[in-house]
Amino acid sequence: MQFMLLFSRQGKLRLQKWYVPLSDKEKKKITRELVQTVLARKPKMCSFLEWRDLKIVYKRYASLYFCCAIEDQDNELITLEIIHRYVELLDKYFGSVCELDIIFNFEKAYFILDEFLLGGEVQETSKKNVLKAIEQADLLQESGESRSPISIL
Amino acid sequence: MSDIVEKTLTALPGLFLQNQSVGGPAGVKASFSSRLGGLVRGITALTSKHEEEKLIQQELSSLKATVSAPTTTLKMMKECMVRLIYCEMLGYDASFGYIHAIKLAQQGNLLEKRVGYLAVSLFLHENHELLLLLVNTVVKDLQSTNLVEVCMALTIVSQIFPREMIPAVLPLIEDKLQHSKEIIRRKAVLALYKFYLIAPNQVQHIHIKFRKALCDRDVGVMAASLHIYFRMIKENSSGYKDLTGSFVTILKQVVGGKLPVDFNYHSVPAPWLQIQLLRILGLLGKDDQRTSELMYDVLDESLRRAELNHNVTYAILFECVHTVYSIYPKSELLEKAAKCIGKFVLSPKINLKYLGLKALTYVIQQDPTLALQHQMTIIECLDHPDPIIKRETLELLYRITNAQNVIVIVQKMLEYLHQSKEEYIIVNLVGKIAELAEKYAPDNAWFIQTMNAVFSVGGDVMHPDIPNNFMRLLAEGFDDETEDQQLRLYAVQSYLTLLDVENVFYPQKFLQVMSWVLGEYYYLLDKDTPEEVLTKLYKLLISDSVSSETKAWLIAAVTKLTSQAHSSNIVERLIQEFTVSLDTCMRQHAFELKHLCENVELMKTLLPVDKSCEDMVVDASLSFLDGFVAEELSQGAAPYKPHHQRQEEKFSQEKVLNFEPYGLSFSSSGFTGRQSPAGISLGSDISGNSAETGLKETNSLKLEGIKKLWGKEGYLPKKEGKTGDETEAPPVPQESIIMETVDQNITKKDQCQVHTQSKEEKEKQLLASSLFVGLGSESTINLLGKADTVSHKFRRKSKVKESKSEETTSAHMTCSYFGSSSEATYEDDYYLDTLQDRGDKELSKFSLNSELLDSESVTELPSVEKLSNCKLSSSPSLFTDNNMEGFHPSQSTAPSVANETSLAASLLEETSEHVHSDLVEVCHNETISVSSYKIWKDDCLIMVWSVSNKSGLKLKSANLEIAPAENFKITEQPGCCLPPTEAGSIKTFQYTVQMEEPFTEGNLSGFINYQMMDTPSVQLEFSINLSLLDFIRPLKISTENFGKLWLSFGNDVKQNVKVSESQAALPSALKTLQQKLRLHVVEIIGNEGLLACQLLPSIPCLLHFRVHGDVLALWFRSSCSPLPDYLLYQCQKVMEGS
Repeated sequence: MQFMLLFSRQGKLRLQKWYVPLSDKEKKKITRELVQTVLARKPKMCSFLEWRDLKIVYKRYASLYFCCAIEDQDNELITLEIIHRYVELLDKYFGSVCELDIIFNFEKAYFILDEFLLGGEVQETSKKNVLKAIEQADLLQESGESRSPISIL
Repeated sequence: MSDIVEKTLTALPGLFLQNQSVGGPAGVKASFSSRLGGLVRGITALTSKHEEEKLIQQELSSLKATVSAPTTTLKMMKECMVRLIYCEMLGYDASFGYIHAIKLAQQGNLLEKRVGYLAVSLFLHENHELLLLLVNTVVKDLQSTNLVEVCMALTIVSQIFPREMIPAVLPLIEDKLQHSKEIIRRKAVLALYKFYLIAPNQVQHIHIKFRKALCDRDVGVMAASLHIYFRMIKENSSGYKDLTGSFVTILKQVVGGKLPVDFNYHSVPAPWLQIQLLRILGLLGKDDQRTSELMYDVLDESLRRAELNHNVTYAILFECVHTVYSIYPKSELLEKAAKCIGKFVLSPKINLKYLGLKALTYVIQQDPTLALQHQMTIIECLDHPDPIIKRETLELLYRITNAQNVIVIVQKMLEYLHQSKEEYIIVNLVGKIAELAEKYAPDNAWFIQTMNAVFSVGGDVMHPDIPNNFMRLLAEGFDDETEDQQLRLYAVQSYLTLLDVENVFYPQKFLQVMSWVLGEYYYLLDKDTPEEVLTKLYKLLISDSVSSETKAWLIAAVTKLTSQAHSSNIVERLIQEFTVSLDTCMRQHAFELKHLCENVELMKTLLPVDKSCEDMVVDASLSFLDGFVAEELSQGAAPYKPHHQRQEEKFSQEKVLNFEPYGLSFSSSGFTGRQSPAGISLGSDISGNSAETGLKETNSLKLEGIKKLWGKEGYLPKKEGKTGDETEAPPVPQESIIMETVDQNITKKDQCQVHTQSKEEKEKQLLASSLFVGLGSESTINLLGKADTVSHKFRRKSKVKESKSEETTSAHMTCSYFGSSSEATYEDDYYLDTLQDRGDKELSKFSLNSELLDSESVTELPSVEKLSNCKLSSSPSLFTDNNMEGFHPSQSTAPSVANETSLAASLLEETSEHVHSDLVEVCHNETISVSSYKIWKDDCLIMVWSVSNKSGLKLKSANLEIAPAENFKITEQPGCCLPPTEAGSIKTFQYTVQMEEPFTEGNLSGFINYQMMDTPSVQLEFSINLSLLDFIRPLKISTENFGKLWLSFGNDVKQNVKVSESQAALPSALKTLQQKLRLHVVEIIGNEGLLACQLLPSIPCLLHFRVHGDVLALWFRSSCSPLPDYLLYQCQKVMEGS
């Protein structure tokens, strides 16, 4: 996977993760054009796009668009499932997730993403394992605040 | 999932309050999010972009003050970091905070460290200079006893890490592969995957550990290792064939539901793992029957099991189909896969339909009948409201285009083109249309009109090859001169009409094409004066909408036309106007025109009519200036120095001023300037001559390569290929047959469908019959032809000129038959087409070949003579200049078969003067055996395949082909022998291999097929590994030049290696390297050694060795970045080995 973007129906970027080195200028340009292209598509249209030389897979959940750019030989359908699994993870973690959860706790959303996808590849597909890793780090945070970093893994 | 509550932003304030009071569902602390919350709320409340900008700038400046204040605690810093990430996401620059993110990761407690690492991963990219500051933190955290810290460090390493610092953490990460926690092992594997992606050479030595990871008891770790294997196998599949069994077993277990339920996804077992394994199997089984056979069962099972009607099962099915079509074919599986594609295509779900079309596009070359089955669906998709579906359909049609359906398909493509606005799509589509038009144009008018559309729409974004090819096509023409003239004439007439239209602006490229064509071919109109066209060109010249580049084209056309006219008012006016133009270029052109007009004779010789393809005789040595030069020299002028020599001198002068030759790294290496290689160059004379000879050497190497490619011998067979085309029969009878089959198809469909046929339906079917014409099994050949990338010109060129004897044709056939490229097979197919042979394709192909062989043996065709001539003329250049030193042909290891011993002996005899590898058998069966060896010539790598016929029976025909490979340019040596038809004979095939892109591992594959009397043909496949080392040659340069080159190279790699006592003696160590790696020892000075080598054709790499106690400091420099890394790895390997 080359990058993943989350943006709202209004075209506001909510999350961005880049797995290929690009300059800030390029990132901005890609984001702008892609958000425009995806928002212009009608709901019944297909979830895949050929955009420049990339394959784009996107899906809308409520008011949020999840959008992934994959390489030529990658499987589009399984990428849709990656998006879906990520939403499931967010849902389980936040408990019925909504856009606001992601806006106000975007760093958590990043932490979850990093446990699920690493360097652009699927790292862990078991929902239980991903959430276990996150919860353990969260718990440690609390103990970390009281300055007692004991390993509890 | 659709039941995720849609909470809109209007509900925001209330929700936020709730958030504060309850504390969020998963323990989100209100105090933490308050600052960020305030910011977010502030921004959402704003209405204009301008206000937002103001607010963020305010926020950023307050943040800037906070982060740089010494009183800011780490906890506050963490909170600031989150807000900075938010600002960056909105598109504002927060680069002042980057350094603080690194500091936070370094100093914070776990909670703060986590945010610090996150910020680093979001802010920086892997080439960012600040990233170096993170390395220490990562090293510290990797050694931490706290598992969470280790996890964080591994996570950041897997995302971004500076390439050059990999050695600092590599051992630590390798240790983690044995960690007791699977999460650590998994992340360590992914970190190594990252390293493999950015610097494959650095992890080459731990391949064995990857295997351990593959066998890990934890599924997650195993799955992670598959990412690495996928990449490695993609690069070099032949090295991992032995793992096929393991992958198949794993997939069987996954499909059989043997994994923990955790890994189920909507009750499908580990779909991600399944897909990854299927992709790997597809790579392994490609063109390899034996390996493919291992996986037939599990693929069948996968296809069978995936029956649930869920997206994820379709994902697996799609990958399965892809794999089935990539590996060595098995008809049963193909049938099932084709059924699956049908499911996709016919699905009402749009995503699946799209993928169905994609799959069809992919398999269409193997199985064109599949498109016939789905023709009605394809027609429907052609008018689909979703442009993406439409485009994919066009892509599919593009693949099935032939001479019969080209008009309809191109028309559909043009329709789409007119609607699309995105530049990328236009460029892509325009290229395809131009290609199809050139290949299959049915007549002149259509071709010119289509190209007009291409130029008008594609305009200035299209690939420059399109107008260039078009003009070349017009200029070079085909076989039939009157045809050519008609095409040109049509083009001229069409452009004149286009230019008549008022107020239309054509793209610049189109105007350029027009002006060239009008300038060259206006004379075909047979008008007395070109006054009319000159007026039009003049109008364009004075127009503001025309670029100055186009104006140059226009005035060139005017100049050409003027030479045909005697005098013209317009030209005079034009000269008058433009000789005072402010554009210097135009002024010069106008003056040239003016002077030419004054000397009509000169003008006519300079600008002859219709001679654009003929070479001009030019006195390249400028001998007419000799007198002038001699005079100047005698008056004391400086002699001329070529450009590169001046460069060299300039360069060496710069060096004299440079007192720190090693730059920044100088002090760390601990050398003194005098001992360094550059120091030597300082002490010696700087002579331009010696530098020049160095350059000359590389130059001559390059020239040789070019000569061989474009030499007359190489070109001849191609030329014959063109004449051979002439015998193609007119396609009319074939067409009628195909129409019949299409009709049958339609009627079949009719019978099984209900008898409701609206008018619309009928229209669609009409369209279908025009689109899918020529797609039956008879015309498979046409489609296969499309696999060939060489653009063959107009079909019209092949219009019959039957005066040529059959001899020529068959001569061509043998030529192409013995040729190595894929073109050869294509042409054979093409002939089948013309001969209307509808039997089994392969069989008939071979019978055809054998026929030719027979006729050849009887009549002794001229082409055979030609071939042997080629051989004679080119062999001297092949077998000369062998001055490799310190490297002797090693004796071949005694082969088991007696037959081979003699074979090896004969080969050694032939090539004893060259450095070459041992003879290795690459494939064999009871009849035939193919062996191969490499000859490392000074300027290229020669691969020799020797084919021996062990059977004692005469072969009817045999054919060896090497598949084109991505990184290599493979040229067949003209001296190739004929294949072994006699019993017990041995024949060799030679191919020159040149590398186009530096790489580390690659392989060449090919096959031999042969036929004995009365048996079906047999095909054997083989492949051979090539490594970069095969292209490394010694570079003989002097110490001075070494010094000069050393300074000019940027890519620098250093490494200290511990060596044993025996190697501490430098000369002996260097000698080993020289022999094993083919390096040239430039000089040994005390405990330092200088070596040089080059990567063919001429990329030099310099090596510097220094012994200090038991440490050997290796230092590499080159102009090509992967080279030093690779050589370092090879040197280490040699040192370890000895």
